[in-house]
Amino acid sequence: MAEAHPVGFQWVMEAKRRGAKVIHIDPRFTRTSAMADTFVPLRAGSDIALLGGLINYVLRGGHYFHEYVAAYTNAATIVDESYADTEDLDGVFSGFTGSGYDQSSWYYQGARINPAAGERDQWNDVFGSPDPDRAASEGESTPRAEPETDPSLTHPRCVFQILKRHFARYTPELVEQLCGIDRRRFHEVAEALVANSGRERTTAFAYAVGWTHHTVGVQYIRAASILQLLLGNIGRPGGGILALRGHASIQGSTDIPTLFDLLPGYIPMPQAHPNLSLDGFVATNAADKGYWGNIRDYVVSLLKAWWGEYATAENDFRFDHLPRLTGDHGSFRTVIDQIEGGVRGYFVIGENPAVGTANAHQQRMGLANLDWLVVRDLNMIETATFWKNGPEIDEGETTPSEIGTEVFFLPAAAHTEKDGTFTNTQRMLQWHHKAVEPTGDQRSDLWFFYHLGLRIKSKLAARRFERDARQRERDRPVLELTWDYPTEGEIAEPSADAVLREINGTDADGRALSSYTLLRSDGSTRSGCWIYCGVYAGEINRAARREPGERQSWVAPEWGWAWPANRRILYNRAAADPQGRPWSDRKAYVWWDAEQRRWTGHDVPDFDATKPPDYLPAADAHGPDALRGTDPFVMQGDGLGWLYAPAGLRDGPLPTHYEPQESPLRNTLHSTQRNPARQLYHRPENRYQPSGAEPGAEVFPYVFTTFRLTEHHTAGGMSRWLPHLAELAPAMFFELSPELAAERELVHLGWATVITARGAIEGRVLITQRIRPLRSNGRTLHQIGIPWHWGPNGLTTGDAANELLGVALDPTVHIMETKAGTCDIRPGSRPRGAELGTLLATYRARAGITEDTGTEDSPSAADARYPDVSDTDGGGDES
Amino acid sequence: MSPDGAAEHPLFGLARAAQPGGDVRTSASGPVDSPAGGNRLSGPLADPSAEAGYSERHPERMGFFTDTSVCIGCKACEVACKEWNLLEEDGLDLTGMSYDNTTELGATTWRHVAFVEQRIDPSTRARVDIGMPGMGAPSTTPEEGADSDATEVRWLMSSDVCKHCTHAACLDVCPTGALIRSEYGTVVVQDDVCNGCGYCVPACPYGVIDIHPDNGGAFKCTLCQDRLGSGLAPACATACPTESIQYGPLDQLRQRAEQRLEQLHEQGMTEARLYGQDPTDGVGGDGAFFLLLDEPEVYGLPPDPVVTTRDLPAMAAHAAIAAATAALTVAACFLGGRR
Repeated sequence: MAEAHPVGFQWVMEAKRRGAKVIHIDPRFTRTSAMADTFVPLRAGSDIALLGGLINYVLRGGHYFHEYVAAYTNAATIVDESYADTEDLDGVFSGFTGSGYDQSSWYYQGARINPAAGERDQWNDVFGSPDPDRAASEGESTPRAEPETDPSLTHPRCVFQILKRHFARYTPELVEQLCGIDRRRFHEVAEALVANSGRERTTAFAYAVGWTHHTVGVQYIRAASILQLLLGNIGRPGGGILALRGHASIQGSTDIPTLFDLLPGYIPMPQAHPNLSLDGFVATNAADKGYWGNIRDYVVSLLKAWWGEYATAENDFRFDHLPRLTGDHGSFRTVIDQIEGGVRGYFVIGENPAVGTANAHQQRMGLANLDWLVVRDLNMIETATFWKNGPEIDEGETTPSEIGTEVFFLPAAAHTEKDGTFTNTQRMLQWHHKAVEPTGDQRSDLWFFYHLGLRIKSKLAARRFERDARQRERDRPVLELTWDYPTEGEIAEPSADAVLREINGTDADGRALSSYTLLRSDGSTRSGCWIYCGVYAGEINRAARREPGERQSWVAPEWGWAWPANRRILYNRAAADPQGRPWSDRKAYVWWDAEQRRWTGHDVPDFDATKPPDYLPAADAHGPDALRGTDPFVMQGDGLGWLYAPAGLRDGPLPTHYEPQESPLRNTLHSTQRNPARQLYHRPENRYQPSGAEPGAEVFPYVFTTFRLTEHHTAGGMSRWLPHLAELAPAMFFELSPELAAERELVHLGWATVITARGAIEGRVLITQRIRPLRSNGRTLHQIGIPWHWGPNGLTTGDAANELLGVALDPTVHIMETKAGTCDIRPGSRPRGAELGTLLATYRARAGITEDTGTEDSPSAADARYPDVSDTDGGGDES
Repeated sequence: MSPDGAAEHPLFGLARAAQPGGDVRTSASGPVDSPAGGNRLSGPLADPSAEAGYSERHPERMGFFTDTSVCIGCKACEVACKEWNLLEEDGLDLTGMSYDNTTELGATTWRHVAFVEQRIDPSTRARVDIGMPGMGAPSTTPEEGADSDATEVRWLMSSDVCKHCTHAACLDVCPTGALIRSEYGTVVVQDDVCNGCGYCVPACPYGVIDIHPDNGGAFKCTLCQDRLGSGLAPACATACPTESIQYGPLDQLRQRAEQRLEQLHEQGMTEARLYGQDPTDGVGGDGAFFLLLDEPEVYGLPPDPVVTTRDLPAMAAHAAIAAATAALTVAACFLGGRR
């Protein structure tokens, strides 16, 4: 965190100053470790084993927050009797089909429940086999069913007992074996965690892509969620799990997504079910209980924001204007389609995939096979110049004249040259004002898209008489789209303020709305993103508020604006006990005021303000009204924190330790080596390496993990061109231990070459005692740290780490594994020209790599269910 | 020009202060404001600005307290310094000295973050190796195969800067008056006055000031003299995310540093110590001082810096005595010869 989020890290230092204990767990000793009270090195890719060990420690020792767990989590809920655990089936859950999971055996006993995130389209469950007629006729979702529970938590199939059995083998000994963390250190962490959780104290977890960039990335976060729920650290001050986002406003770009499968506010993108109507969409995606029960209000308000007067109740509010997903449209799939000739044009904006995305060679193969490519960036990045100085040109694989792609480079305005918001880790929108005008041809992204839209609209309008009926129908979503932002200045810059107000939404009279609870499905309200509704309440840009801390409460509600409803802590009903009283005076945050008959406290209550703690819903209640006065997790279909996820994940209801796609170790927990539901792409440029006990694994004996330096930003597009940053970290290097240097005769500051099945890159050797060999599964394991900021352009140049990485993805969010891989390293620079290809071919031959290598116990890409895009953090630029 | 006139006019004060040589000479005759019992080239000095001729209405002495115990090595200070002071990039060299690719202060580097990797024994917090900045690779663990927990890694980071000494030898030796004491008690080079003689370079006990290789002038940190007048803190202190670099009135900083030291000692970090805060040290205390977690040498700082002009009066006195002795001897010879 100190490395990649130094500004945010000031608050960790502030907490430390006030007595907080900081524990840092990382394969590498970083600047964060230097500041931590305790540093715990672990093997890259083994975190679920550690978290599982902590969960087991908490469960076995009875350290969980019993009252919290019993009231606020699904610990008591009973799971369907057809469920079988990985502990029963040697590493797979029930329902494994050989190509992913049939999840029906994971459901609660007696009730299907829609997840609040992840895989949410429940078409088959709602409608059985695809049946358009039934879908069209069925308006409301199925009647609410209550799952069975056992409040004593003793039923053998209740979540609590399943959890206990699932993690029973995650002992300190197993943690030592899999993670390389000795028992003394493990106990230090476990005891600190337990001592610092409960009524009086809370613990927070902060993570970044070191946890998400794995073939089990989502399950890492699930494991942390289970631990925090057991300890009662969610919804309370000082608790939580903080996703440290990789770029400014990456949180914003998932809220109002640059992801192909989401609409603004985490509304799922409709799937291409036959004749899918708005009713059918709501039925397959709404939850019976909680705020997702109101999804229709959010969707209709979005459609009204986009198509205005054209969207009416009679035409289903133009629901048919929304695109439909027909399968995989993610960035990795798209690049493969480019290579296969199925994509003509490509916009690359604020990303540098030619060096910044896993398997960079594959990315450039795609770029080289387009009709046109638009790159908008601050600098002449590698994605704009791959055709003349990419590695394929340097190595003689191809020539510029063989590449037909026409490249348009458009200079972009920097954040200092435009108004707008950043939405960061804590969901807080902060407005930034333009400081200077952009120079020359530099334009903001807002300017670019607005004026591009105007031109497309006018071209389509001008040609409407040449268009046939089908084409005219296809043009309508664009022609009818609301596109009326005021502009200012010589360059006709659209008003970002007006865009924010449109996102906030307006009522029937055109006034800015103050809360998403006012959104209606009758077409009277508009909102571009329901969770942002309220940022412009009272016609005030609340993101631009900068009230100093000393002039407001410690929660600081008047600095910026946090979605939803300016709540600074989500699910804060859990900060009070079931009766509505604070768990302790010290941790009082939101509580029930019995005299006023309402929830009150330091923050905006994340609960129906007047719903008393003893409220019980009527049998026919729906949406938020169907939640009890003790159900704090208001987005969940049962109002509870999920220790066990009965739906939403494609690779299992509980986290299980699997080895990374490429690991020098055999999975000793069970015989399933890797996540059996992971997503793979079998292609000649994306060969996988053998692992563990598989023959040839010894050819790639070392673990590597990619990382960022404070001095550079992502793939270097914003830092390698700046002299004052380039001089601070002026060369690509490999960080490794003195022991590995001795083993491979590597010389400090000398050149070395790192080799995988995909590529070989060179860098300088930085020998450091900060990297220590680990003992894991009885053998000494060396890890190599590889920064990924470099490429051929800019002031400081070097090979890109992404040449090494293959594309293997988490199945639920489709993020690639960049944080744990295997490689070989040897002294000296890499060979040039054809010799480089020979080197790689030699390695592949030595390891016996074929198209099947590393694909065991996994589906083929063709069978994978909608193998799609990565999380925004990783799709292009890893972060 | 009356002294009262100087008080009304800050520029006049600067011009007055730009004649340190003159001050030194007058001090030899024992002016009223000279420190009791000491010469004006060393020893405690409450108010260097007043001593340099600023009137009583000059601002408080300002300085830096750099608390290295909270430095996260982000180098934002280095970048902010270069951006504000328009200092150019000065080399894209990977040094191999941990994450330090800046290596030292110089004419185009006025903040420098040192990175020191050490092995320590966690039970005693004692160093296993000294981890001095160096060019070589670290060796493997001395006792191969020994219990891996016998040692832990400690990574020290510290942002170095001009110390703005109470007794600044660079200023004392400057023949052109380019180096001045500012109204804030800091030491500033006026590049349009500097003739590039370079006397200041060996005079500095810390090796801070440096001659620019291209234009030949002497350069170093100005404590952002061009920001202070507008009520702005120096660029480095403004950019520092963890308040490792604290800017303020020196008296307050010294108090704060004592409190911080006490706090760290209470937390068991007995290795914490202050460096440069003591007005009785060899330079009369630094305007920019530090809280360190190890010996100063580990960070590349001199353990016992002494203003290089401290002994000038004594040397002059000795020279005078020697000359007088010689003269007497010669005279005695002549007198004796007459006899």
